[in-house]
Amino acid sequence: MYDVLIIGCGITGAATAFQLSKYKLKVGILERENDVSLGTTKANSAILHAGYDPEPGTLMAKLNVRGVELARELCAKLDVPYRPCGSLVLAFSEEERSTLEELYRRGKENGVPDLALLTGDEARALEPNLSGEVVAALHAPSAAICSPWEYCLALAETAVKNGVELHLNTAVTGLEPAEEGWTVHTNRGEFQARFVVNAAGVDAAAVHDMAATHAFDIKPSRGQYYLLDKSEGDRVGRVIFQCPSKVGKGVLVAPTVHGNLIVGPDAAPSQPHDTATTGDGLRFVRQTAQKSVPSVNFRESIRNFAGVRASTAAGDFILQESAPGFFDLAGICSPGLSAAPAIGEYAAELLEQAGLALDEKDAFICERHRTRFKELGVEERAALVEREPAYGRVICRCETVTEGEILEALHSPIPPVSVDGVKRRVNAGMGRCQGGFCGPRVVDILARELHKSPGDIVQDQAGSWLLDRQTKGGKADV
Amino acid sequence: MYDLIVIGGGPAGLAAACAAWEGGLRSILIVERDKELGGILNQCIHNGFGLHHFKEELTGPEYAGRFVKLLGETGVEVRLDTMVLDVTENRQVHMVGKSTGYRVEQARSIVLAMGCRERTRGAIAIPGARPAGVFTAGAAQRYVNMEGWMPGRRVVILGSGDIGLIMARRMTLEGAKVLACVEVMPYSGGLNRNIVQCLHDYDIPLYLSHTVTDIRGRNRVEQVVVSQVDDKRSPIPGTEMVFDCDTLLLSVGLIPENELTRQAGIEIDRRTNGAVVYENMETSLPGVFACGNVCHVHDLVDFVTAESQRAGAAAAAYVLGGAVPGGQVLEVKNGDGVSYTVPQHIRPHRVDKLCELFFRVNRVCKDSEILVTSGETQIARFKREHLAPGEMEHITLPRALLDKAQGAITVSIREVSK
Amino acid sequence: MKELICIVCPQGCHLKVDEENGCAVTGNSCPRGAEYGKMELTHPTRVVTSTVRCQGGAYLRCPVKTDGPVPKEQIFQVMAALEEITLTAPVAVGQVVIENVCGTGANVVATRNMGRSV
Repeated sequence: MYDVLIIGCGITGAATAFQLSKYKLKVGILERENDVSLGTTKANSAILHAGYDPEPGTLMAKLNVRGVELARELCAKLDVPYRPCGSLVLAFSEEERSTLEELYRRGKENGVPDLALLTGDEARALEPNLSGEVVAALHAPSAAICSPWEYCLALAETAVKNGVELHLNTAVTGLEPAEEGWTVHTNRGEFQARFVVNAAGVDAAAVHDMAATHAFDIKPSRGQYYLLDKSEGDRVGRVIFQCPSKVGKGVLVAPTVHGNLIVGPDAAPSQPHDTATTGDGLRFVRQTAQKSVPSVNFRESIRNFAGVRASTAAGDFILQESAPGFFDLAGICSPGLSAAPAIGEYAAELLEQAGLALDEKDAFICERHRTRFKELGVEERAALVEREPAYGRVICRCETVTEGEILEALHSPIPPVSVDGVKRRVNAGMGRCQGGFCGPRVVDILARELHKSPGDIVQDQAGSWLLDRQTKGGKADV
Repeated sequence: MYDLIVIGGGPAGLAAACAAWEGGLRSILIVERDKELGGILNQCIHNGFGLHHFKEELTGPEYAGRFVKLLGETGVEVRLDTMVLDVTENRQVHMVGKSTGYRVEQARSIVLAMGCRERTRGAIAIPGARPAGVFTAGAAQRYVNMEGWMPGRRVVILGSGDIGLIMARRMTLEGAKVLACVEVMPYSGGLNRNIVQCLHDYDIPLYLSHTVTDIRGRNRVEQVVVSQVDDKRSPIPGTEMVFDCDTLLLSVGLIPENELTRQAGIEIDRRTNGAVVYENMETSLPGVFACGNVCHVHDLVDFVTAESQRAGAAAAAYVLGGAVPGGQVLEVKNGDGVSYTVPQHIRPHRVDKLCELFFRVNRVCKDSEILVTSGETQIARFKREHLAPGEMEHITLPRALLDKAQGAITVSIREVSK
Repeated sequence: MKELICIVCPQGCHLKVDEENGCAVTGNSCPRGAEYGKMELTHPTRVVTSTVRCQGGAYLRCPVKTDGPVPKEQIFQVMAALEEITLTAPVAVGQVVIENVCGTGANVVATRNMGRSV
């Protein structure tokens, strides 16, 4: 019997598990996929928003500002790439200038620190590559960028280190009230829990409907992105937004913590798991972004991707007890990544109000470290390789990732089982050749370390097979 | 301190090291990131290599093997499984390997021979879903030929570069069904002979002026949509063809791998994506040379060898010969029909007798003349019956002609009607 | 008159073969092209390059080729014959893997050295 079972291990589920792992509780996470962060968490703008967007008084407003405050400390403690680079919202007309003023007012009310309205020239002094058409900008120094999947992974890993049980490849098929709490039916048998937390992202409405009467719809909204080579990484130093519209915060141009440039997203209604890009969508992204930063060189594209936002009609996060002992953490669209740790705190409060005792553990581990060979100095590198030769074998040439780092990931609390799982943990394959060089080598290492055949190694989620069969009947190969 | 450090032990690095040894250098190090020498040739098990250099037709591994044997007869030192991480302006080379450890070596001269990498899906922004099953042709080649694994059963190939064509045949021979080879340009990017013996021989259709406009499938590729393109390379609605397949191979171009070159502050040519070089393959950093696919993408390894021998010999001359007096530097300019030239600069006083000039054309031309002019003066003219962007061209300019030139020379193509 | 692209070497000469005139070849730049043009119309042949299984070496496959051209229609027979072979390292380049493969007169030979893996 679990005290709490969390459904879904994206950033919301991971942050909730992390928060609950501070207390003397038996907590479990049920994740359908073979890894954490495979939904919206792995495909978004990777921005920790300052918090001037949400309507004052909403949960979004409150949790966004609190969330980014917590993120700064968490990212430092849990070794998550994080850069407080600040953001600019651009105005191209007088009408948009008044939107900026409105955002400024909201930001002040939401408690966003150090907001400033700039003239076009002041903005261009900060960001020389901005368009000459910019007439004004809202500067928010407290906005930051991070690695969203590593953030999620770090929270989930820390939760696991503190005793949370993560069940991967476990899809919830039904929820049933039990004598005490809930029976959760899955493809891997039944689980019992006093409390159930629904953090199922784009499928949160479906999970809700298993436990309570229908109350909301998720209206999935797909956003497409370009990721550009590091040669474009310095095109801007801050997150560059255009004025928000009804469908979202619009197309942004931003550096990433990995040194690339990210450009996007558009917004279009989609199926819940449809992460396809389209020629039209990508063209829109290119054209719109060049309005902000005309010199962005899309010939330096290294990857395109799309993510699906778990939007609802509510206009706010849906964080509530929807049936006795069943809690929704739903509608977590932007600023969900920014708010995540605050959503975790809020979820714990809701559970406490419902009768869950939160007794703090004596020994809560709140630290995480991974080796980043690339970031070490010459002497540190030499000493590391001397001590552990696996750090001397470079597997990913573009990102300078070593075999030692991959082995370290394979011995972490949530070891990767796929090529992309390795990528999310150590960056192998994230660079300009997109795994062309390191892909086969990573397959090799995974097969060796997991005692599997290379034919059983997947690219990412279950079913994403890479190799079909051996040539020559493979008879003598073992 | 080494006389010469060669970065990369593929065909370029091997030829450069051998030539430098022959040129009199006795302290030479090759740094190779793989577990054996030979580079990409080891996975190019097809034949067609060596006709120029060895006057016989060899497979890739055989061609590499010949050079490895030659190298074994010299005293050149080799470090395998070792990656170069940094090359500094004062010719220090940072390297790391499991058994090498982390080392910083000083060199009197350096040959950059890192080769090239393949363009990816992301580089050309193919829309669609992101399932597994999209491979670069070279990655697939490694799986099939070296690891012994088939990446799929039903295959569409985008791009008609040589690796794509070779893989069409290779996958077919190993039992896969290759449904189509799709090329966005109105002409193939590969050698004619590969169209014949890799596509025609196996009845694999080649769709020119077509491209992939959608990839479908959640976990693994299930379908690929191919559309015709107009003369601006934009897809034409209504021309879609859907192929049921599990694999898409990409053969959409090669990019010289110049991260180390850039870090070292060496000037790069935007047209070749390689270092700007002089007639002896010296880069803008004195004592640092570049050759093979890291300098510009070749279609024949024999030319890589010849170019790299010049680089190796020049490195030896640099180390042993001391300072060379200055003289005129000719800039080589692209004229009509020419997309790049290598070298980009020629110092006539340093040309021994002949200067080799490589270039590519930017369109298919029949019955043409290659014109070399300086100002208003034509200094050389060469005839060709057939020129194509997929095929590297080269001409040889005698020093006597170069001495006539002033400031710059221009290479251009003129089609002549019969 | 049949137009062909010569595949003897990477130059890819555009050949013209006159079927009515004893398969006389024009457009070739070497004697091998003339021979190819004639052969291609009367009795097309190809060199087959592939791999065979290999035990105990650095890789699980060893590249091989036929040491001469084989009739085009026998390519897949040759491929089938390769399925039956397993080499054991060390293998030397040029080592005969199958003699007179499928009666074609050509041998299958290894195209690289494959040392024992350590």
